[in-house]
Amino acid sequence: MSLLRIDNLSKRFGGVVAVDECSITVEAGSIMGLIGPNGSGKTTVFNMVTGFIPSDKGTVSFKSKSIDRLGPDRIYELGIGRTFQLARIFPRLTALENMLVPVRRKGLRALFSRADWSNERARAMEMLEFLDIAHVANKLGGTLSYGQRKLLELGAVLMAEPELVLLDEPAGGVNPALLEKIGEHIRRLNERGITFLVVEHNMSWVMNLCTEVVVLHRGRAIASGKPDAVRQEPAVLDAYLGA
Amino acid sequence: MTLVLEAAVLGVLTGGVYALMASGLTLIFGVMRIINVGHGALVVLGAYLSFAASRSLGLDPFLTLVITMPVMFLLGVVIQTIFIRPLRTDREALSVLVTYALALGIEGLLGYFFSANYVQLKAWYDTASFPIGGFRITYVYVFGFVLCLGILGVMFLVLYRTTFGASIRATMLNRTAAQLIGIDVDRVSAVAFGIGMATAAAGGVVFGITTAFNPGSHYDLISRLLTIIVLGGLGSLRGAIVAALIMLVSEDITAVVISPVWATFVFFVILVAVLLVRPQGLYGVRVRDRL
Amino acid sequence: MSILRQTANLKWVGIVAVFALALVLPAIASDPATTNIAVFTMMYIGLATAWNIMGGYTGYISLGHAAFFGFGAYALALMLGHLHIAGGYTVFLFVPIAGVATAVLAVGIGWFALRTRAATFVIVTIAFMFMLQLLAENLVGLTGGGGGMSFPVPPWRGGSFNPPYYYAMLTLAAFALGISWWIRRSKFGLGLLAIRDDEDKALAVGVPTRTFKLTAFVVSATLVGMIGAVYGYYVTYIYPQFVVDPLIGISMVLMVFLGGLGTLSGPVLGALILEPAQLSLAYNFGASRLYLVLYAAVFLLVILLLPRGIVPSVTDLLVRWRSRTGPTAPAPAKALNS
Repeated sequence: MSLLRIDNLSKRFGGVVAVDECSITVEAGSIMGLIGPNGSGKTTVFNMVTGFIPSDKGTVSFKSKSIDRLGPDRIYELGIGRTFQLARIFPRLTALENMLVPVRRKGLRALFSRADWSNERARAMEMLEFLDIAHVANKLGGTLSYGQRKLLELGAVLMAEPELVLLDEPAGGVNPALLEKIGEHIRRLNERGITFLVVEHNMSWVMNLCTEVVVLHRGRAIASGKPDAVRQEPAVLDAYLGA
Repeated sequence: MTLVLEAAVLGVLTGGVYALMASGLTLIFGVMRIINVGHGALVVLGAYLSFAASRSLGLDPFLTLVITMPVMFLLGVVIQTIFIRPLRTDREALSVLVTYALALGIEGLLGYFFSANYVQLKAWYDTASFPIGGFRITYVYVFGFVLCLGILGVMFLVLYRTTFGASIRATMLNRTAAQLIGIDVDRVSAVAFGIGMATAAAGGVVFGITTAFNPGSHYDLISRLLTIIVLGGLGSLRGAIVAALIMLVSEDITAVVISPVWATFVFFVILVAVLLVRPQGLYGVRVRDRL
Repeated sequence: MSILRQTANLKWVGIVAVFALALVLPAIASDPATTNIAVFTMMYIGLATAWNIMGGYTGYISLGHAAFFGFGAYALALMLGHLHIAGGYTVFLFVPIAGVATAVLAVGIGWFALRTRAATFVIVTIAFMFMLQLLAENLVGLTGGGGGMSFPVPPWRGGSFNPPYYYAMLTLAAFALGISWWIRRSKFGLGLLAIRDDEDKALAVGVPTRTFKLTAFVVSATLVGMIGAVYGYYVTYIYPQFVVDPLIGISMVLMVFLGGLGTLSGPVLGALILEPAQLSLAYNFGASRLYLVLYAAVFLLVILLLPRGIVPSVTDLLVRWRSRTGPTAPAPAKALNS
């Protein structure tokens, strides 16, 4: 069952065509890699899917329902979480508080979510332990190291138990040991049923981790399929090595 | 009908002054991302400086600008360095408080030295006027308008034709990037603030000739200037000018067609109407942080 | 008992003691001059705390809260006038209704003003305040225009005029503090703080930012409106420029900044320090214009020397001192409960 369908998505900024009739299908249960040279439109696709910028053309549907004009908070509520290229957390809140911010109920009812407070805290600590950062639970987000922030960001996004998580360059600025750990976390979470769409430049890491890969070039999806097949395609080699 | 026309012309002429003052204010915001709520007080300060200069030196008010503009420019650089530059965190919010404090301080000092009585800048020709169409236009309004156009013109020349102007624009677009290419943003900020002050001096003269003022006049002024720059779009010079003209013309026409009492209200109605459709103002840009 | 437990208990004892003192204050210091200061100080404690709910928690600085203050006063005056209510304790029963009216106004202004981002928001709130002042001055039939409006005079007067107003202000201040405390510990409060730190990121994790911001704004405005209503009743006669007064609006902001933006005790501390100071400055120097210069100087010193406010700076010092001298415990988990 395709979880996320991106159909002919397009976006231009002034004279620059960032995304050009891009079509991607993400199957439930997969770890899909979204790769491509710099400037190929990957983050823009993410921003459109998650409601941060409006698309010019095309549609995005999640579980067969269109999510086109929805705001980011609504999209998160529906089950799509995302991380950012430069890890974003709330610097003046502690790590634990960061984990407790994500909201699962909509609108005014969100104001009164206090009944599950202790449950939520227990779940948050559990997640922090899973990610091996429980020891910084009471430190302010702003004092954490970059690696800890990346993990915290992922943890917080997972609090509402999204079905699909979009990861924007999870390997960026991260040392090899931590990178391997992140890959492990993703695999374990995937086994628990979470689908991932990962934008990444670290080729070996992506090819190792992902079950499917799609290549973006100049805003268009030029190839997709199993990692080994895709890396041999001439169009792909061209895109990366060519202009 | 001639009344409306006359009002429109007056609106354009006075719009010029507000355009000048608003440009200074929006420039300061653009470069330093601070809201200078003391700008009205600075204009009044400029007016009083010219008042003192013209009284003690017997100068024509417009001529006092030769003294007041440089003085205010330097004062601006000093103020920026001492009071604004030290603000590192929460800059936008704190700057509002700091500039408001400055405004109060200026109001207090002016009240102490000049008393609360209303005064006005005088020129020997200030009642002279010439006829156009079916009504008369006072010369001072025209001189003021020409002065404002002139200064705005110089400002645009500096901004768009000089290297320093380019540094100012670069800082406005992206402060960090500007620093990375070697622009001394602190110096640029200080100079921009100085320029803002200098325009306030000029605005002060024209304002002071056409309106009676006292130390408390800055409240009304700043509320208008702030609505103008929001309407035009924070940081946009073009926006400030267009918005000033729209505001003043509608205000003057409303005063004539409906009543002076509701004239100021029209200001806000227009603002609300525009913000409903374009929250970023006429020429503003929707700011989204790095995604 | 751990040091943490001891401090927490001390805190509660302290709070109860302060509250008890506040309750008996008019009995201890009963001369009108002192109780007058008490009324105004309690008023600002409430105002600062209320303002902090919006400005401190969400980071959206409203400089137009004086609009709600004045609106509350006018709303009460109008109700009392139209319903021919005589002066007395029953007037206080109408204060919550003035609050509801202010809430309605706040929903309107807030919906509009919150469409813009932080910097524009500040200015739009200022604009709305001036607009309201204009309306108050010009809708003469409704508000008496520049001539102002009167409140019914209560049967208690002379030396014992002030205490009932003091208790009214105390009630409102306590109410504001209670709401502020509840919000701080709730998920709603966390969401507000998240909005302050990074609004787009808050959206990305599902925080309904528009709803949350608007709610904080309306709660804040309602409290301010009710306090304004009591103020109007206290001074018995209101004029547009003295009740929709930018100085009142800016004072409450300054007090929160002095005490510590976003903290619970900060606004209280700020009000306790600044209001008596303000009143004494006005008393001693009010006639000469230098009063403004002095006020501005104090203002500037506070902001430049203590940009984060007293409470956070002091807390930081204490934490650093404790981690150096106390047992090597990790940093206290104060964030969720302070």
